[in-house]
Amino acid sequence: MQLIECPWCGPREEVEFHYGGQAGVAYPDEPAALTDEDWARYVFFRANPKGSFHERWSHSAGCRRWFTAVRDTATYRFARSADVLPPAAATT
Amino acid sequence: MRTPAGGRIDRSVTLRFTFDGREYTGHPGDTLASALLANGVHRIGTSVNLGRPRGIVGAWSDDPAGLVQVEEPFPEPMLLATTVELTDGLVARGLPGRGRLADVPDTARYDRRHAHCDVLVIGAGPAGLDAALDAARRGGRVVLVDDRPEAGGSRPTGEEAGILAALPEVLHLQRTTAFGLYDDGFVLALERRTDHLGADAPRNRSRQRVHRIRAKHVVVATGAHERPIVFEDNDRPGIMLAGAAREFLHRYGVLAGQRIVVFTSDDAAHGAAADLAAAGASVTLLDARPAAPAIPGVEVRPGVLVTGTEGDDHVTHAVLADGERLPCDLLLVSGGWNPTAHLFSHARGALRYDAALGAFVPGGELDGLTVVGAAAGPPVPNRLVLWRTPGDPGKQFVDIARDATVADIARSVGAGMRSVEHIKRYTTIGTAHDQGKSSGVVASGIAAELLGVPVGSLGTTTFRPPYTPVAFAALAGRDRGRLFDPERTTALHPWHVEAGAVFEDVGQWKRPRYYPRPGESMDAAVLRECAAVRTGVGILDGCTLGKIDVQGPDAGVLLDRIYTNVMSSLAVGRVRYGVMCGVDGMVIDDGTVLRLAEDRFMVVTTTGGAAKVLDWMEEWLQTEWPGLRVHLASVTEQWAVFPVVGPRSRDVVAAVLPDLDVSAAAFPFMAWRDTTVDGVPVRVARISFSGELAFEVNVSSWYADGLWRRLLAAGKPCGITPYGTETMHVLRAEKGYPIIGQDTDGTVTPHDLGLAWAVSKKKVDFLGKRSFARPSNLDPLRKQLVGLLPVDARTRLPEGSQIIEAGDVRDGVLPAPPVPMLGHVTSSYHSVELGRPFALALMKAGRARIGDVVHVPVDGTLVPVEVAGSVLVDPEGTRRDG
Repeated sequence: MQLIECPWCGPREEVEFHYGGQAGVAYPDEPAALTDEDWARYVFFRANPKGSFHERWSHSAGCRRWFTAVRDTATYRFARSADVLPPAAATT
Repeated sequence: MRTPAGGRIDRSVTLRFTFDGREYTGHPGDTLASALLANGVHRIGTSVNLGRPRGIVGAWSDDPAGLVQVEEPFPEPMLLATTVELTDGLVARGLPGRGRLADVPDTARYDRRHAHCDVLVIGAGPAGLDAALDAARRGGRVVLVDDRPEAGGSRPTGEEAGILAALPEVLHLQRTTAFGLYDDGFVLALERRTDHLGADAPRNRSRQRVHRIRAKHVVVATGAHERPIVFEDNDRPGIMLAGAAREFLHRYGVLAGQRIVVFTSDDAAHGAAADLAAAGASVTLLDARPAAPAIPGVEVRPGVLVTGTEGDDHVTHAVLADGERLPCDLLLVSGGWNPTAHLFSHARGALRYDAALGAFVPGGELDGLTVVGAAAGPPVPNRLVLWRTPGDPGKQFVDIARDATVADIARSVGAGMRSVEHIKRYTTIGTAHDQGKSSGVVASGIAAELLGVPVGSLGTTTFRPPYTPVAFAALAGRDRGRLFDPERTTALHPWHVEAGAVFEDVGQWKRPRYYPRPGESMDAAVLRECAAVRTGVGILDGCTLGKIDVQGPDAGVLLDRIYTNVMSSLAVGRVRYGVMCGVDGMVIDDGTVLRLAEDRFMVVTTTGGAAKVLDWMEEWLQTEWPGLRVHLASVTEQWAVFPVVGPRSRDVVAAVLPDLDVSAAAFPFMAWRDTTVDGVPVRVARISFSGELAFEVNVSSWYADGLWRRLLAAGKPCGITPYGTETMHVLRAEKGYPIIGQDTDGTVTPHDLGLAWAVSKKKVDFLGKRSFARPSNLDPLRKQLVGLLPVDARTRLPEGSQIIEAGDVRDGVLPAPPVPMLGHVTSSYHSVELGRPFALALMKAGRARIGDVVHVPVDGTLVPVEVAGSVLVDPEGTRRDG
């Protein structure tokens, strides 16, 4: 069982966390102004890279805070965790 | 034969045991295997496929053959005689490769414990002890685990434990097998705590314990496993690894044979030969090398190969390459030593073939893990690597636990397999209880020879947890029976139990499903409860409904974004039904919202959706709308809720809550009022999940039982009837109220459910809104919630049944598949109100087809059903005000 570094609580076992998928996917400012395709891209499409990936995690069985972490999807290694990033600031 | 002295056994005490129906004796410190060998018993069982006799090959968990079933003290299959510690009264028998599970319940306790340390040392042989002492002296917290009964590795002296006892920061566990190494220094270790104590075991001690150890650094000091050389008929009892015989001698004072032949290809077995000769055995050592060093007291014959054996239940002769038959009662084999690198491999460490050592050794570095001692490389190099001698490959056993031979490897290679992983799975080599501890590398070596490639480039199979078999009982620990999953009960639970309720699991909640009278069936009870609510008054335990206290100046803004309808316009004192959707526009939950104050709402969710909805709202608040000034708290447990429902409910509530004006004019539908009774605050909401006049009574859980009993007492004259979830489901279905998760499945929009009225057209945006305009959401053939009425007015359609077009049916026979499906039945009940069964269903273009007759196949019969609206009882809504 991996340890995941919660920015508030420190390293905790992975079962305490909930995975939230790709980070930095901002809710569109004006959904009504989007084409069907652009909206579908927001709702359904996520990156799935091999290697470094910015992800959202929630320490759901702990402090219940969401944060962004960088993880290597090939090795599962976490690079770092940060406080929740403004959506625009997080790169993928 | 037992030696006159020596070994780590207590000769002053005699233990009696039974094996295969015969009684024997042994001593404390013996294993079942050593005690049997001391009594001259070599044959343990028979092999799994061929039924050939099997004996003891190794001296510990690497033994591939000596499988026994323990009958007493507790039946347990597939144990190794070499690892069963002898206790007085032990009863065991040999196995034909397979055991039998106990048919009596296991009353032993199993548990788990967590440990955190700076250094975890696995293995208490010389290298592990050194590492543990070194780490402890540096001041770190140290855990030392070792799978044997005592520390000291293959040659314990008895002094090891004393050294460690002086170091208080060391947690030292013997009889504890580290069976899996996982991420970030996480190791699972199984401690065997009582079996070796026999009848003296304290009753309150758990039998086995899984230690969940988190270590900053792991030291693997697990030693090495000896490997055999493969020759014809190498599976007879009396053929043993050389190191095993040496261990039986030193640890248990057992000389496993008198007339011993040792077959080896290097120096590794020379120590064993010398020790056995010194103990009085006649020893002949056959060394495959052209020249071999002399050993005192041992006849050494270089340049000789064993190519076969003779004997029935026990080896009698070693047959040499030139045909010579060498009499023996013990044939020892040593093809060198393989580092026990299993745990290194668990951590994704790759093994590398070291030609100078003739062994696969841990290759490369792993963070937080060090391999020391023989696990890093065998102490004696294998300069001549010999995997097998010439002979009939069909009789050369590679994995004697699986009856798998060189011929099997040849067949797999002939079939085109080039990877040891494929060869393993094809031949089953290495898949038995021992996971190929002695056979795996030999299989790689022979496969490499057959393929004509270097063994180093072929590699070995990957070792995976568990290192040794682990009982499911140990893994389950105390998480079994009632402790398997937490049980949530409401404040009224004792009352329900007393009332004879039949419970159903709703998530972790125990909810009364119905309250049968003596001898009453579920169907009869539910009809009775339904009738009581529709004609008199009923009361339901609704405490499990999710309740979320939403507070803050922006609470209304948050709810407007989460719900499809407008919540911010709700007046204080009023209640509104709402639906929430994912961004894909599909319904995820529904429920009611009470506006408690300008900046405070109570969100009521479904029982199953409570945690999910809180998560959902927190996620949006934290990640997208951190600027909103809103706080959320779950108050599900704090508020007890019981709807009092039915045309007589007003009388009952008025009698119990005299300060509350319950008239329709003062207390309209979808309003809530606070009152008190004997100083206890009570909140009542006029919400109905049945269509009847209903008052949902909310009170602090502390007072739930008292208020519930008062309501029952007050309702007695009107025959107040407690009803369960089944009746609740029937009543709501008669009104077409969907249950999210039963009538929906994540592909259903509010419009599909006929809830378009609850979707705001005014709000610029809310979660899911944009998706409602996607083309697939505008498809007229979307499935919609409808009612179904079986035409025969008798058949209750099984939930999940498919709906098909009546026109597809010819002469009452289903057409050949694929049959186009129109949808499926989501809820189905018998209605006392309608006097007939009915169902809810999701059906393509359902609302446009009301009045049509379609078919539902039930048990091979086609049942004609009429499509109806989803609201079957009181569609005008005349009953809600009583």
